[in-house]
Amino acid sequence: MSQQRKAVALISGGLDSLLAAKVMLEQGIHVEGINFFTGFCVEGHTHAIRKQDKDKPKRNNALWSAEQLGIKLHIIDVVDEYKDVLINPKHGYGKNMNPCLDCKVFMVNKAKQWAEENDFDFIITGEVVGQRPMSQRKETMPIVSRESGADDRLLRPLCAKNLPPTLPETEGWVKRDEMYGFSGRNRKPQMALAAEFGFEDYAKPAGGCCFLTDESYSAKIVDLWDARGTREYEMDDIMLLKVGRHIRPAPHYKLIVGREDGENKFMQGYKNSFISLKTIGVPGPLTLLDGVATDDDLKVAAQITARFSQGKNAENVTIEARRTNGDTTTLDVKPMTAEEIKPEWYV
Amino acid sequence: MEINQLHYELDARRMFCPMPVIRTQDKVNTLQVGDTLEVVATDPGVLSDIPAWCRINGHKILNTREVDDEVFVLVEVCDT
Repeated sequence: MSQQRKAVALISGGLDSLLAAKVMLEQGIHVEGINFFTGFCVEGHTHAIRKQDKDKPKRNNALWSAEQLGIKLHIIDVVDEYKDVLINPKHGYGKNMNPCLDCKVFMVNKAKQWAEENDFDFIITGEVVGQRPMSQRKETMPIVSRESGADDRLLRPLCAKNLPPTLPETEGWVKRDEMYGFSGRNRKPQMALAAEFGFEDYAKPAGGCCFLTDESYSAKIVDLWDARGTREYEMDDIMLLKVGRHIRPAPHYKLIVGREDGENKFMQGYKNSFISLKTIGVPGPLTLLDGVATDDDLKVAAQITARFSQGKNAENVTIEARRTNGDTTTLDVKPMTAEEIKPEWYV
Repeated sequence: MEINQLHYELDARRMFCPMPVIRTQDKVNTLQVGDTLEVVATDPGVLSDIPAWCRINGHKILNTREVDDEVFVLVEVCDT
């Protein structure tokens, strides 16, 4: 009896990786999934923070995919290691701050390491030639194989027929003619295959699963790095870029103004790390001040906080400013008008 | 619970999914069959994600409960 071969599948939670793993299972391969958490994954965080998202189903699509497939899923925290990918991408960024090609190389390399440590034979991804403008082009696919070190142990079952044979094919572990030759951005072949496999309710492909492809989020990262004069970041920075209005009245400080109760509550957890401002006597946002503030800056921050409170049309609003050591100051300020908040202040 | 089986607790407050799942996974991987782990978290997403992770990986959910703004999930480590 021949040895059952084992593959580790990169599972993003999207349709393609679901299908790629399924194609391998159909060929009798033992498949386990691996999912990397970079800190920039769209799922999870904002749903948990924002009250308005509370009604949306809280489903981690990578876990859902693994459950549909009946395979184990290993979720790996790569937040720290990923910093170098984002800060120094060898192949540069895409349209925004998305280092997609370097990201793919990084993840396949991590999967290769995991495969070696766990005695797995090869790696599979749901990549499709021509589907993504940066990482999934015919020219870049060999780059991912080579630079990740996976070489011919990296198999893409959805487009294998468009690519040179890999080790699992030449060794007879998998049948090339039972894989696919998908290409381009047309999703219909994948949707048809999903229907054939009986998959329903899978995550719909729209906008990707990474905050780094988002123009607004990318602008906030660039602003953060510019203001600090360094491209370093921590997990809390990533989190705070996902919440609130970000307003920078001057280069040396930025305000993060909560947009709703869920965000205000979340931001409360940072009161010992940032100067915070809140309204007294009228409902209003919690504002965090990131940077160093003079008394004049604090007044501006208070006026902006008042602007986004229910007292925005009042003559004066009382604001409590709290320092990180717990000391508080009370300011009575006239709320800024919408026109007084300059458009260029919005990050 | 038998004498050799131990109970552990994991504080995943202020973490957002999938971090509580990752911490649960990493802790469970260090435990023995029959041990139990109670995870306490503030992200209600753990109510779906940790049970899903347990179903996939062959572990058992013994109990879930919400107290105020905190969520408790009790996991039994099984032989997988």
